[in-house]
Amino acid sequence: MAVAAAAQALPNPLTEGLERLPVPPTTLSIFGATGDLARRKLLPALYNLAHEGALPQRFNLIGIARKEMSDEEFRGFAREAITSFSRRRPDPQVLEELLGRLRYVGFGFGDQDGYPKLKAAIEALDADAGMLLNRVHYLSTAPGYFGTIMESLKAADMNWHADVDVRVIVEKPFGSDLASARELQAVVSAAFREQQVFRIDHYLGKETVQNVLAFRFANFLFEPVWNRNYIDHVQITAAEDLGIGSRAGYYDASGALRDLVQNHMLQLLTLLCMEPPTSFDADKVRDEKVKVLDAIRPLRPDEVARNTVRGQYLAGAIGGEDVPGYLEEDGVPADSGTETYAALRLEVNNWRWAGVPIFLRTGKRLARKVTEIAVQLKPVPHMAFQDDGAVGVRPNQLVLTVQPNEGVSISMGAKVPGTRMSIRPVNMEFLYGTTFMSQSPEAYERLITDAMRGDATLFTRNDEVDAQWSIIDPILSAWHASEAPPEPYEAGSEGPPEADALLGAGRSWRTL
Amino acid sequence: MSDDVWYAQGTTPPAIESALRDLLADRHRRSAAFVPARVLNLVTIVDHEFTGEVENRLDDLRESNPSRLILCKVRKGQQSLDAIASIGSEGDEPVPGTVAVGREKIELTMAPRHVEALDTIVGPLVVGDLPTVVWAPHGYPEGVDALRRHAQVVLLDSQDEPGVQDALLRAQSLSEHLQVVDLAWLRSAPWRERVAASFDPPELRRALGSIVGVTVRHRYDSAAAGLLFCGWLASRLGWRASSLTADHGNRRGRLRARRGEVAVKLDAVELRSPGLGGVTIEAASGESVSLDRAPGGLRSVRRAGDGTEQTWTVLGASRGEVGILADGVRNALLHDELYQPSLRAAQAMSA
Repeated sequence: MAVAAAAQALPNPLTEGLERLPVPPTTLSIFGATGDLARRKLLPALYNLAHEGALPQRFNLIGIARKEMSDEEFRGFAREAITSFSRRRPDPQVLEELLGRLRYVGFGFGDQDGYPKLKAAIEALDADAGMLLNRVHYLSTAPGYFGTIMESLKAADMNWHADVDVRVIVEKPFGSDLASARELQAVVSAAFREQQVFRIDHYLGKETVQNVLAFRFANFLFEPVWNRNYIDHVQITAAEDLGIGSRAGYYDASGALRDLVQNHMLQLLTLLCMEPPTSFDADKVRDEKVKVLDAIRPLRPDEVARNTVRGQYLAGAIGGEDVPGYLEEDGVPADSGTETYAALRLEVNNWRWAGVPIFLRTGKRLARKVTEIAVQLKPVPHMAFQDDGAVGVRPNQLVLTVQPNEGVSISMGAKVPGTRMSIRPVNMEFLYGTTFMSQSPEAYERLITDAMRGDATLFTRNDEVDAQWSIIDPILSAWHASEAPPEPYEAGSEGPPEADALLGAGRSWRTL
Repeated sequence: MSDDVWYAQGTTPPAIESALRDLLADRHRRSAAFVPARVLNLVTIVDHEFTGEVENRLDDLRESNPSRLILCKVRKGQQSLDAIASIGSEGDEPVPGTVAVGREKIELTMAPRHVEALDTIVGPLVVGDLPTVVWAPHGYPEGVDALRRHAQVVLLDSQDEPGVQDALLRAQSLSEHLQVVDLAWLRSAPWRERVAASFDPPELRRALGSIVGVTVRHRYDSAAAGLLFCGWLASRLGWRASSLTADHGNRRGRLRARRGEVAVKLDAVELRSPGLGGVTIEAASGESVSLDRAPGGLRSVRRAGDGTEQTWTVLGASRGEVGILADGVRNALLHDELYQPSLRAAQAMSA
């Protein structure tokens, strides 16, 4: 395979020390190229990479969708997408040059006659370039097509190449439960080797998520307290103030647990709890993440009710405006039992974390949009200020905010000016926006480049997906078996009151 | 939100610092969302009469603007130290849940005699624990030298010096005490990345060991960028750098490589903006790679040993001079391990 050949190649001394490493010549095929993700994220990300000179020197893009359209029509579609959604105003010359690299091949993903057409288009681009280009297939389609496309790529002999690398990028969700994920993995494994597969969880492309690793492993200050001896509990929150928008079809079949917990929130949990890898090699990092997931014992059916809460929003108000309840949203069945809120209590049963509860909560139409990890330390063992101002003493809390105010804050007790020894919590804050000048790239810009370079560090490995579903599956099954409806909560609120009981005595959720 | 401003004639650094602190406290009282940026201190020393041009360049930086800008305007005939301190943020009052990133600016109008003792004026005004960067686009080496105690980084443009040899010597001398960020070096950055990428396919890497010729086309005033680019190639590929012969702005010479010699040519050409305009690298086999400025990026021409050619465009937008300065400010926070060896080789070629 080309991977092995590249490994034996002479080193390139010119790349050492460069801020931006070269990306191998590539033809990127996007399945679902006229879909919403491609329009809002992928095409603008590719433009931004082109603008910054970060695309491969030889780069082509082939759009694939069922709709018939010409190359020119696809370029028009891409131009509109980039102009509307790029994070910077496009440079007309760069945009035109990029659009010149776009081709379109129209066929249904199940149509076996379409794949030879795609193969011919890729080979024609090789011929134009006078060299063989790596192939990256990006599956930006409904999940139901993943297996079909993989099998078809294999049937058309497009899943490997003797002389160049062939990779496939798979969007989430990878399966809808453990069984379907394993079924899909069987199809993937029959067509591609694991090192060819790049499962996207775009959270991992976010600078602030990667900063969790920097925060933990580039600072000696926190490591001594990063364990069960000092940490009381952890709260991971991914709250949204928006409803489901136009995604009723997808969301009602998915729900909050599948939509955010199985992937993004468990990623945050693993980054927070993993042991330091010996190096930042893709597999070394992912080995450590999998160990964390393996250390989370899946809940037994009889444990689900007291360790989880599911909710569904009722009508309420957000930002002073009335908003409908979930069941009144367009496209949602009137009797839907889908959860729009999920809260979980998990434990990582290993030497470092045993006995530290980790609480996860996510929901739609909550009071505020925020994604954060809050680590609450234990209280001080003895209160010297008992008589004079102990009321203000709170355990230290360390909060890593992923969005919207990206940063890290640490709360600590400080003396209130005056004659008494009164204590009040104050915050020490680091805000990304005030401390770095450069604009963060969009997650997809980083992830697409990494996939083209073959760096899988920020992608989810097969065993990671399996371990994620192993944790989530029993909860899904128990909820499915339960006849109780989700707990109602008012839109614009903090979520269902039942979630408070999950935390146990003396603890409370951070206010949204 | 409009800026809050304080002004005084014949003032002192402690008074300025105190006034700025009051402005910040007052602003924060009015809006808890106001959070001053804490990236770096940029101390800029300029001729009073050319302040506008420099201020325009700094204004264009937008989000790359340094958090505390200390603009030292040197005016002939000035006796006192006058100051304007201002704080502000971009845009309107932030929406709830977000912050307004604030920036501070101190404009000092001073006498030429103040420049040699600039450390005693600027020292109390920088934010402690943040990197301090000095930029003196109109000369004033004595001001830069005076600030060596407070600054960690000096931003310079070797292109601004009348002679490239002196410019590189000055950069070398400063780099013994400070981190140097040279805009001339940054102008060559995309060329370095693209040349590295041109030879990155495994089957092409072998050609790096048999390079026999390098031609760099640069604007007439950008010899420093050209020499630094060649210095980078020499240091990365193990060529022994030696003096090139200068003739009417062009330079010629031969460098010793492991397997023979490399003919190096720097040609001054007409270009609209500073920096490099093109690079050609030739191998002993007759193969060559050329990159030249073109609409939408760089035009790449690869010639095979049999003379056949392939042409394509390497995509990328020009950063322009604003982008170069923004990169300079940003690079003040990074360590560039390639610059020093490239500078040493460039210096040897310019001698």
